[in-house]
Amino acid sequence: MVKTERQLDLIFAALADPTRRAILARLAQGEATVMELAEPFAMSLPAVSKHLKVLERSGLISRGRDAQWRPCRLEPAPLEEARSWIDMHRTIWEASFSRLDDLLLELQSGNGIQADRAANIESDGKEPNDEPNR
Amino acid sequence: MNQTDNRLTSEIVSDTEITMHRTFAAPRELVFRAFSEPELVAKWWGQRSAETIVETYDFRPGGAWRMIQRNPDGQEYAFRGSFLEIEPPSRIVQTFEFEPMPGHISTDAMTLTEVDGGTRVTIDSTFMSKEDLDGMLQSGMEAGANESYDRLEELLATLV
Repeated sequence: MVKTERQLDLIFAALADPTRRAILARLAQGEATVMELAEPFAMSLPAVSKHLKVLERSGLISRGRDAQWRPCRLEPAPLEEARSWIDMHRTIWEASFSRLDDLLLELQSGNGIQADRAANIESDGKEPNDEPNR
Repeated sequence: MNQTDNRLTSEIVSDTEITMHRTFAAPRELVFRAFSEPELVAKWWGQRSAETIVETYDFRPGGAWRMIQRNPDGQEYAFRGSFLEIEPPSRIVQTFEFEPMPGHISTDAMTLTEVDGGTRVTIDSTFMSKEDLDGMLQSGMEAGANESYDRLEELLATLV
């Protein structure tokens, strides 16, 4: 499911607030009304409604049609989208670090480029490329 | 050298913050060089199956970087960012963007620590939109950055 760039911005913005994250965590357990959501927070209903609007705009939650009841429920798809970006970032670093490991070993074994310049290689008393000047 | 943990570990610090650790069996100066010299970066950055082309790597605060990953089938994906802070040989802060999804940025703060048997590299990644990043740079990183949000981890776990 491809989300627009703008939508991902809305998702990150929505997730930036601790109250909204708590609301999402609550909704992960099942749908709830505004009243139920407001209960754990020392917050007015209008304030909670404002958070719900932000979440709804980001697509992270949806609300029932019934004007009075309007239960909120979590919509996992947008969260997945945000996470896929984060996964991509992690995958790149994971792959890179595994290669960096190899490169560092190669550099230290002396086969890599400019390994002799490595300032901190533990010397066993002799510096291979550091002949005394004559 | 058994102390080195060869695997990358990561933890969700908050909804938009992830910390990754990896220990390398190499002295810190060498690890820092691997991050700072473009010829070396080209040898390790990116997926093994793809070729990495380091197009720009202006390794100084404010300098830009851009790297291209070319898959065997010729497809290319570009990544870009800029260096925010550089303190040899212990710290590099840079931004990270994936060009096919423009506007979303992480700031990756790399810390290199000397440990028994090598160097521990920690990446603290914070994900945000461009607007958020601008705001953060203006206000200085603070406010809630250290809060721990196990809830989101739990939440994400329920969504798998």
